[in-house]
Amino acid sequence: MAEVALRGVGKVYPDGTRAVTDLDLGIADGEFLVLVGPSGCGKTTALRMLAGLEEISEGEIAIGDRVVNRVPSRDRDVAMVFQSYALYPHLSVRDNIGFGLSLRKVPKAEIRRQVDHAAQILGLTDYLDKKPRNLSGGQRQRVAMGRAIVRQPQAFLMDEPLSNLDAKLRVQMRAEIARIQRDLGVTTVYVTHDQTEAMTLGDRVAVMKKGVLQQVAPPQELYDRPANLFVAGFIGSPAMNLLQGSLSDGASPARLTVGGQTLELPASVFDARPALRGFLGKDVVVGIRPEDMEDSRLVPADAAGGPAGGTLTSTAELVEAMGSDVLVHFTVQAAQVVTEDTRELARDAGTDVLGKLEGPHTDLVARFSPRTTVKAGDPVTVHVDTGRLHFFDIESGAAIWGEDAGSSREDEE
Amino acid sequence: MSTTETGTAAAGTPGNDGSGAPRRGIAARIVGRIGGGVAQFLLIVVAVVWLVPTFGLLVASLRSTSDNGASGWWKVFSKPGQLTFSAYSDLLGKGDFVDSFWNTVLITVPATLLVVVIASLAAYAFAWMEFPGRDWLFLIVVGLLVVPVQVALLPVAKLYGSVRIGSFHLFGSIAGVVLFHVAFGLPFAIFLLRNFFAGIPRDLLEAARMDGGSEWTIFRRVIFPLGGPAIASLAIFQFLWVWNDLLVALVFADTGSQPMTKWLQSQMRQFTGNIDILAPGAFLSLIVPLAVFFAFQRYFVQGVLAGSVK
Repeated sequence: MAEVALRGVGKVYPDGTRAVTDLDLGIADGEFLVLVGPSGCGKTTALRMLAGLEEISEGEIAIGDRVVNRVPSRDRDVAMVFQSYALYPHLSVRDNIGFGLSLRKVPKAEIRRQVDHAAQILGLTDYLDKKPRNLSGGQRQRVAMGRAIVRQPQAFLMDEPLSNLDAKLRVQMRAEIARIQRDLGVTTVYVTHDQTEAMTLGDRVAVMKKGVLQQVAPPQELYDRPANLFVAGFIGSPAMNLLQGSLSDGASPARLTVGGQTLELPASVFDARPALRGFLGKDVVVGIRPEDMEDSRLVPADAAGGPAGGTLTSTAELVEAMGSDVLVHFTVQAAQVVTEDTRELARDAGTDVLGKLEGPHTDLVARFSPRTTVKAGDPVTVHVDTGRLHFFDIESGAAIWGEDAGSSREDEE
Repeated sequence: MSTTETGTAAAGTPGNDGSGAPRRGIAARIVGRIGGGVAQFLLIVVAVVWLVPTFGLLVASLRSTSDNGASGWWKVFSKPGQLTFSAYSDLLGKGDFVDSFWNTVLITVPATLLVVVIASLAAYAFAWMEFPGRDWLFLIVVGLLVVPVQVALLPVAKLYGSVRIGSFHLFGSIAGVVLFHVAFGLPFAIFLLRNFFAGIPRDLLEAARMDGGSEWTIFRRVIFPLGGPAIASLAIFQFLWVWNDLLVALVFADTGSQPMTKWLQSQMRQFTGNIDILAPGAFLSLIVPLAVFFAFQRYFVQGVLAGSVK
């Protein structure tokens, strides 16, 4: 077990493609760090550089006290779980798990003991003599985990280990990975494109976009204080609603206008974000989490931020009952936010934000309590918890907080 | 009772979807069976036609010279008493035949092993190791596939003639024949194995590397076992080619190093048959590759990669 440090790490392929830019990341001993981002964001490349499967073009990587830039994979003492599991098809489960130990010339009896122990942790005891082709997907995944566990490495590296499993099994294995990592206390770097996996597994989550680290923070902080538009849009499902609004100058309480409708901002908003005062009279990007909106009929009149100060009216276009809550889609006449960040998010979601409809028009999704009676086509009054709004600089996409706006990634390290 | 009802109901359901469906199924099955039957029949005919000469050779080798001179081998069916092993015992008593048999073994086994070992190492390098000029080098190797053996016979013979180490002459020696076979077996062997190795998932090699494997360990413990079917096929082909070769032996082997094929050829006479030597000799030279083939043929059909990834 050891801490892992990436210092100014970059990767440029021989054809000039840049996969990772100036990546600074410190992973504490025993920490579970998740690297998350859309496909092509460089997260897997970063992991492979850490594994020694990819050469490091710039910067340095240290495992423990040792800089490993020039150390081949086999001497880095890290274990990797591959997306494809990469089990040796000609070996039994026992030999697959024990392969690393046998290459290290560990005595046979010791290998046997270690493999039995790992198999017990993973519930593979009955399958030790089978070949990988006779196992189910979940069992193969366990074998791949077992191969990493018996090595007792300095760090586990996991490259989307759950993406080949079906949804139900994925949830189950996710819990299992979390349990095993906690029990063993091995430093773990986990790559995924699934933000749910990232949020549930990580002690800290590092969000990457196009080879550049956007923010590193514990899951809840990432959710509550996203450093920029990209992180805000990437973390959370359904995603944060982003729309253009303008802050009025002079009025008290301050007013936010979105699509011709006005929301009053409580003073607490400005207390939390001193820098926001500098944007009075300017356009900003407003972020509203779906769960910070509610059917106004279900909000008691005396609630903080009261219905009068924070409602948007529109027509419910689509109502999706999820059981525990109801997702209501509606539009407001506010300009869509089109920045490089939102384009990247749209590309990841497989949708095209541009040129869908003429005129200012933004789709919003609100998460209502199941007690709502709103039907598709009904007029709907949406209560917005204005105290929980997010604000971003329309030019840079950086979140507007205090003086150190957008630089919370430095705080974390 | 209830079980039969559910049984018929279940059987009836496909028919309800479209009345034509089951009938078409039966017709398709009949056509399929006839088609399969025809194909099987043709295959049997081809196999029999191909086997007749070999069988004739076997029978002829088991008859005496005078019987063979008097009538065709098929007469043996009416007179099974003709069968005798005397031709075999005579042949095995001939020192130069036995020598040539051992020469064949001494040529074939090293020529096969060397090709398998060198080609699999080279193929691994071509498939998985990064070095400058790799692809060009591989293209050159593939290009060598088109060089016919005949073109090289004279230049190589000249070259061999110049190699003498003490009393050892490469020309006319077993080593010379082996060397020629290895050289001409390698391009195809490397080509075959490289393509097979390149199909092994990269993740497996990387996993082995992470597990602590050096290039050599990865080759020996992952690539070589997984390449089993391709390596076995290659070994069988190479073995058969070398075992059955006459041309190379005629050029490069002398009477001391000649394999069976050359010895048998030297026993041929125009107009007069010495079938008592040729038939058992040819049959003996045929038995060994047949045994090798059957010993390894199961590797042809094995799919070993199943279950490794995903």
